[in-house]
Amino acid sequence: MNNIKAIFKRDFSSYFATPVAYVFIVIFLFLMGIFTFYLGGFYERNQADLEPFFRFHPWLYLFLIPAIAMRLWSEERKTGTIELLMTLPIPTWHAVMGKFLAAWAFTAVAIVLTFPMWITVNYLGEPDNTVILASYIGSMLMAGGFLAIGSCISALTKNQVIAFVISVVICFLFLLSGFPLVLDFFRGWAPQAVVNAIASFSFLTHFESIKKGVIDIRDLIYFMALICFWLYANVVVIEAKKAS
Amino acid sequence: MNNTVANPLIEIHGLEKRFGPIHAVRGISFSVSKGEVLGFLGPNGAGKSTTMKMITGFLEPTAGSVAVCGFDIAEDPIEAKKRIGYLPEGAPLYGEMTVFSFLNFVAEIRGMSGEYRKNRIDEVINKINLEAVRHQSLETLSKGYKRRVGVAHALLHDPEILIMDEPTDGLDPNQKHEVRALIQEMAQEKAIIISTHILEEVDAVCTRAIIIASGQLLFDGTPKELLEKSGTGKLEDIFRDITTRFYEEKGVTEHS
Repeated sequence: MNNIKAIFKRDFSSYFATPVAYVFIVIFLFLMGIFTFYLGGFYERNQADLEPFFRFHPWLYLFLIPAIAMRLWSEERKTGTIELLMTLPIPTWHAVMGKFLAAWAFTAVAIVLTFPMWITVNYLGEPDNTVILASYIGSMLMAGGFLAIGSCISALTKNQVIAFVISVVICFLFLLSGFPLVLDFFRGWAPQAVVNAIASFSFLTHFESIKKGVIDIRDLIYFMALICFWLYANVVVIEAKKAS
Repeated sequence: MNNTVANPLIEIHGLEKRFGPIHAVRGISFSVSKGEVLGFLGPNGAGKSTTMKMITGFLEPTAGSVAVCGFDIAEDPIEAKKRIGYLPEGAPLYGEMTVFSFLNFVAEIRGMSGEYRKNRIDEVINKINLEAVRHQSLETLSKGYKRRVGVAHALLHDPEILIMDEPTDGLDPNQKHEVRALIQEMAQEKAIIISTHILEEVDAVCTRAIIIASGQLLFDGTPKELLEKSGTGKLEDIFRDITTRFYEEKGVTEHS
């Protein structure tokens, strides 16, 4: 636990020691605002809820989260600091966990800073705050899923651009796996059970259901299992690189 | 020196490493005991760094074994790594951290806490002369300081084994002298491996020298023995002699 904590602290503070954190947070909040008010029609809908705000989270994450995740391992490999990290007396999964949690906590900071939206909607009307809370939780879980994918991919290469592009593509597939765009690709040849399984992997489907205000245990399990799977793959990739 | 040979701290048997088609290390065996300073010599690309990376557990050997204080690096990596201080090639560092926060991070992971951690960091900072840059970020440091921070990080937990990949590379003569003095100072209680291009360094600090080329061990003995083999009395000549002769022979066998 101590190792994870130490790596968490180091990584988390490193975001704020460079302009990365500030650039990310400003862009994130700025785009959130634009999407909510212009594309989401926040005022025009005349409804006191944050649906137009949360609706765009998956799409914003699709590009912004891989941008956070791409540096997690690529940068360590590029600068050689991975050699410091991996010769410390800690199991690989402690390092993976510490770095992932730091990135997730950083994302949480950005998400929490959207609180003026919540204040605004409460000022304008009487929204169902439990729905808003559930949506925030769902949004965090989804961000965690994107991050775990990005972290694993970034362990594969020391090139951050490659890590970013591949992460975006994989996140995109996960996002839309419940939609014809992805399913049609499998329908022709894969058995129906496989197609159904792929459909159930969709981030959007699970996020939508949480966004309605009901945190179903299945949605929770889905995101947690997804995060665990990708972090496990992350450990496997790092171990494999040692032997290659 | 003979009384310590009985109980080597580092034991390496038939170490091999392949990177795809490249056979970087081809069956190297040696051991290092407490009190020894082993100079690891060889031309560029000989497999020095790769061997060191395998000893420290950063790379997995294709074949062979490394035991550190009796702990196998593959089977018991945590226990083995606890006993090693390692300065990687080029002394990579987390640029955005300060000298102190970096050392504090390493000390925390190395299991030090409270007063002890603080004192130990102060001790090392004093010993390596880092006081002036204590709160400076690592990316703004000169090459010499960076190297010294790397050395400091390797010494922090007072390891039994010290492995340093080109510890004096890029340092000015004064700094080189300091690092060598530091190595000599610690030599009694530790087993130390340093790799270097500088042959005079072997004479100055090492109690033993190993020469490798193309991943094979060509010489293992004291610097004195190495000198005796040389007709001219110069380390440089015998080094060139051993390595070029090896390449020539290899060239011949490869063609036939």
